[in-house]
Amino acid sequence: MTNSIHASVLDIRNLSVEFATNRGRLKALRDVTLTVPNEKIVGLVGESGCGKSTVIFSILNLMAENAVITGGEINFEGRDILKLSSSQLRDLRGDRISMVFQDPMTSLNPVLSIDTQMIDIQFRSSISKAEKRQRAVDMLTHVGIPDAAHRLKSYPHHFSGGMRQRISIAMALLAKPALLLADEPTTALDATLEAQIVHRLRQLQKDLSCSILFVSHHLGLIAEFCDQVVVMYAGEVVEAGDVRDIFHRAGHPYTQALLECDPARIEEKTRNLPTIPGDIPDLVDFPSGCIFENRCSKRFEKCRISPPLRYRISPTHTASCFLLAEGGAI
Amino acid sequence: MDMTNNFTARVKRSKFLSLLSRFARDPLGLFGLILVVLMVSSAVLANWIIPYDPIALDILHRLEPPSMAHIMGTDQLGRDVFSRVIMGGRIALKVALVSISLALSCGLVLGLIAGYGPPWVDRLMIILFDTIRSFPTIIFALAIVTLVGPSMNTVILVVIITTIPVYGRIVRAQTQSMKNNEFILAERAMGAGMPRILFVHLLPNIIGPLLIIASMDIPAVVTIEAGLSFLGVGIRPPTPSWGSILNDGYSFIRNTPWLIISGGIPLILTTLGFTFLGESLRDIFDPKLRKDI
Repeated sequence: MTNSIHASVLDIRNLSVEFATNRGRLKALRDVTLTVPNEKIVGLVGESGCGKSTVIFSILNLMAENAVITGGEINFEGRDILKLSSSQLRDLRGDRISMVFQDPMTSLNPVLSIDTQMIDIQFRSSISKAEKRQRAVDMLTHVGIPDAAHRLKSYPHHFSGGMRQRISIAMALLAKPALLLADEPTTALDATLEAQIVHRLRQLQKDLSCSILFVSHHLGLIAEFCDQVVVMYAGEVVEAGDVRDIFHRAGHPYTQALLECDPARIEEKTRNLPTIPGDIPDLVDFPSGCIFENRCSKRFEKCRISPPLRYRISPTHTASCFLLAEGGAI
Repeated sequence: MDMTNNFTARVKRSKFLSLLSRFARDPLGLFGLILVVLMVSSAVLANWIIPYDPIALDILHRLEPPSMAHIMGTDQLGRDVFSRVIMGGRIALKVALVSISLALSCGLVLGLIAGYGPPWVDRLMIILFDTIRSFPTIIFALAIVTLVGPSMNTVILVVIITTIPVYGRIVRAQTQSMKNNEFILAERAMGAGMPRILFVHLLPNIIGPLLIIASMDIPAVVTIEAGLSFLGVGIRPPTPSWGSILNDGYSFIRNTPWLIISGGIPLILTTLGFTFLGESLRDIFDPKLRKDI
């Protein structure tokens, strides 16, 4: 099956993940549903610890040993990843799905030259070593490494953080994957580099016509870079929609609060940056009602009794809040 | 004089030369290198160096002091001590190289399996390693000798069995601390299988420090061999060994001290040489300390 048959390269349905802890089962993801359409960039936002990285790692099935997927399906190009054998899954990784990690200082092997690593990563293709090297040079040039042919012999510690992240991106894209998972790829970089890297990613995404699932907690970046946005809170998807829906017509109180906290959007002078009061509920023993109820400024009686369903606001926009229930549940 | 010329020259200089220049900046390392080169070349060229057959008896010239004919004198059976010392060095080096390379390979494989494999394998390996390590080397050697009799192979066997756990434990600890590194996770995310992760990515991260430790173990093995031979449970008597030369000299220490000196000095120099060289190599192979590209 080719991905042209499917409108979306990645389709996660009701994914639930639990971690075995000393206190009991920690329900890290509950009924997460999200889609990454072909050749689109989808942003995944939320506070630290809301399950963004867990989503990414469950797609590759590279979770910690105490994690269990308790339900749902992850359809990639029409096949449920969770039903694949470990060797089928390995064939997918690095070939159809690639990943860029958060910290470029630790995601490259420190004792091997870039040359060795980039040739080794192409272990699937049967072309000669010289061709592999040429492909590596081409890709490094493509991601913006000047004088790539010369720098190929260097080791990771010869490069700056931004350069290393470009190298990681080049390595991830060598196999021309259909889906690139980017787990906060710019968090460890400074603001000017962030813009450069994101711009470059956007260009590469167009050139290679792949999809990107982009995890970040930087709202400005998401707004500028992504086509669609999925907002997560405490292991649930609370709102999803086109980038305009989320940033101009945010429906869920959590998304609204999150947007209000973005320092870039504050217009009046203030001494204190706004925060969302309260903490994420306990994920081992969590409330029976809406997950955001304890921190929500718009909560009412119903919120404490039962959790909201996903309601459709517009054809491209859904949210899980009783205030938006008139559109009907999905 | 000219900065650019100087720079190009530095870049173009061969790796061998830059290695030499690094040694020149480190006098102890250079000293170690010279001692090791002397030791190794005398061992390799032993057959051409020795003036006499090291096991030929000459009762008429027993316990002679150093002279032009016998530069280190003769022992109680009239054998030429210099020839015995050179041949003894050859045997010591042979024992050290064979046993360390075998122990290193076994320790590497077992350590990688223990460090990367499932937890029950790890636990099994650790029990095995700890059991072996709980015997003192000499007692263990005596037990093995009682079982299979003294010979060079016995010495090698003893060293292999007692050093596998040392390397195994180091490799296991390194593997465990490395396997959760992000670059290993990145490799797995790229679809690399276990052999590729172990041998392409983990091994080069582990092998550097391990080779340094191994090179520093050479003098330890030389000492073990000498010690066992001194006790009479190592190399069998007619074959020369530094330990048996020391043992011979020990009986005649009051009248003929050259025997024990001739056996002892090379032992000391070899130990020093390999240790200095090992420490120097450790600094050189740390990629962060490298100045050239």
